[in-house]
Amino acid sequence: MKRLLPRALLAPAVITLFLWMIVPLVMTIYFSLIRYNLMQPDVEGFAGLENFEFFVTDPSFITAVANTFILLGSVVAISVVFGVGLALLIDSPFPGRAVVRVLLISPFFVMPTVNALLWKHMMLSPIYGVFAQIWRLFGAEPIDWMTDYPLFSVILMVAWQWLPFATLIFVTSLQSMNREQLEAARMDGAGYLQELRYLYLPHLARPIAVVIMIETIFLLSVFAEIFTTTGGGPGDASTNLAFLIFKQALLNFDAGVASAGALFAVIIANIAAVFLIRIVGKSLD
Amino acid sequence: MPRRPSKVSARFVIRTAVAWLVTLVLFFPLAWLVLNAFKTEQQAISIPPLFVFTPTFDNFIEVQRRSNYLLFAENSLITSVASTLLGLAIAAPAAYSMAFFRTKGTRGLLMWMLSTKMMPAVGALVPIYVLAQKAVLLDTRFALIVVFTLSNLPIMVWMLYSYFKDIPREILEAAHMDGATLWQEFYRVLLPIGMSGISSTSLLCLVLAWNEAFWSLNLTSAKAGTLAALIASYSSPEGLFWAKLSAASLLAIGPIVVFGWFSQRQLVQGLTFGAVK
Repeated sequence: MKRLLPRALLAPAVITLFLWMIVPLVMTIYFSLIRYNLMQPDVEGFAGLENFEFFVTDPSFITAVANTFILLGSVVAISVVFGVGLALLIDSPFPGRAVVRVLLISPFFVMPTVNALLWKHMMLSPIYGVFAQIWRLFGAEPIDWMTDYPLFSVILMVAWQWLPFATLIFVTSLQSMNREQLEAARMDGAGYLQELRYLYLPHLARPIAVVIMIETIFLLSVFAEIFTTTGGGPGDASTNLAFLIFKQALLNFDAGVASAGALFAVIIANIAAVFLIRIVGKSLD
Repeated sequence: MPRRPSKVSARFVIRTAVAWLVTLVLFFPLAWLVLNAFKTEQQAISIPPLFVFTPTFDNFIEVQRRSNYLLFAENSLITSVASTLLGLAIAAPAAYSMAFFRTKGTRGLLMWMLSTKMMPAVGALVPIYVLAQKAVLLDTRFALIVVFTLSNLPIMVWMLYSYFKDIPREILEAAHMDGATLWQEFYRVLLPIGMSGISSTSLLCLVLAWNEAFWSLNLTSAKAGTLAALIASYSSPEGLFWAKLSAASLLAIGPIVVFGWFSQRQLVQGLTFGAVK
């Protein structure tokens, strides 16, 4: 009884999570090796590595991989650099700090589809959009962001969502900083740059690593923002790996090729995951 | 009475001003959305932009009339609440077991659960879609509830575990000595003490499920669609009606953004799996 009970309590969680992990994975691997079209049930049979070959030699593939990493790299860079800056800016008290904190964090709680349309229509639209109005105010020709710079537009909306997340993590982390050490450094006449270099940044190293990895996992599969605004276009200009897999699966109905692509996405995500798990593991003890 | 520093340093003033300026710029899109929700369509696209106007509530009525907003709201509410409750029912016993009957395997188990959260959703798209299709569960709330529960489960177990493990064992042992049954131990002792942890966890999972867009867009359409999916349908041509788009969006994000303000700390803890405190 004493030993059975803990296991019985654990069982539902372990079993459901195990199924959630293993069933899709096994099915994906299986689908990736057969001919499987959702609309043509009569096409079947073992495909070997054909699906992988098709997915990789598709001209969209290189573009999608490049876009995935450009999107990921830009958003991570923006949110870490500006996140650290903002966190340092609001770390010590000033009038209205509580309000600033609440306002700053808000975009993170906006659902991706609202975020996407808010930016596509009200901010970036070339005629009535806020950006266009600002451009005109300075006598410049308004830019059709979604058509001419689709990937940049997606980066902008995703960064707007994830910068608050990074800022929140850094602000939280700064609160646990050793204040005495900071006082001592000030007594010794350390300048702000020295404080930054020797106290703040070393303290923030770990949260920065955590933010980079968590964002990597989420941003590798940015989907709703692209789906609702550009639809991956024009052409493949704003198609990332997640959207390409979706296109193969639910627009071309080629489950086999989509599964082959999905395995790529899983492998890339796992590389980031290994590092994250190592860091989290250290904090567990 | 403490004397205020007679000279407010220039650095302090500049820092305050910059902080407020950056904040207002970043918050502007949301503020703009809120303002537009109360304008007429002509006012929403006026050049130059209109900041002062007589608010109208017509957009909200129109949104309901044209797209049956309440059905989608109901779907969002039911799927996020149900998945949170179901998740709690599965996660709480597991977290309890790991926190109070720690074994050599506990750490490994926690790490493994965390690793399941790192699978990109798109990696499971085809199998989940095919399974839902075969089981005739496409466009049902049930399918969404199951998927939301499973994808939030690792976060729930992890958060509840970190709250439970801080509860002193002695309390439970004392209850046990006094002859409390397991149910009484759970209901009378653990639940009241762990309530703050349980509600924080629920709050975060509600927010995550409410905002979930990947599965809602791919598994549902007209019947079980959530608000995230409804808003996506405004992409065009309805997107050209800014006031209505804003009103629909405001209704969809309003409650959850306010929830979010209260769940900041849980968010940090839950999404970083306790790696940042």
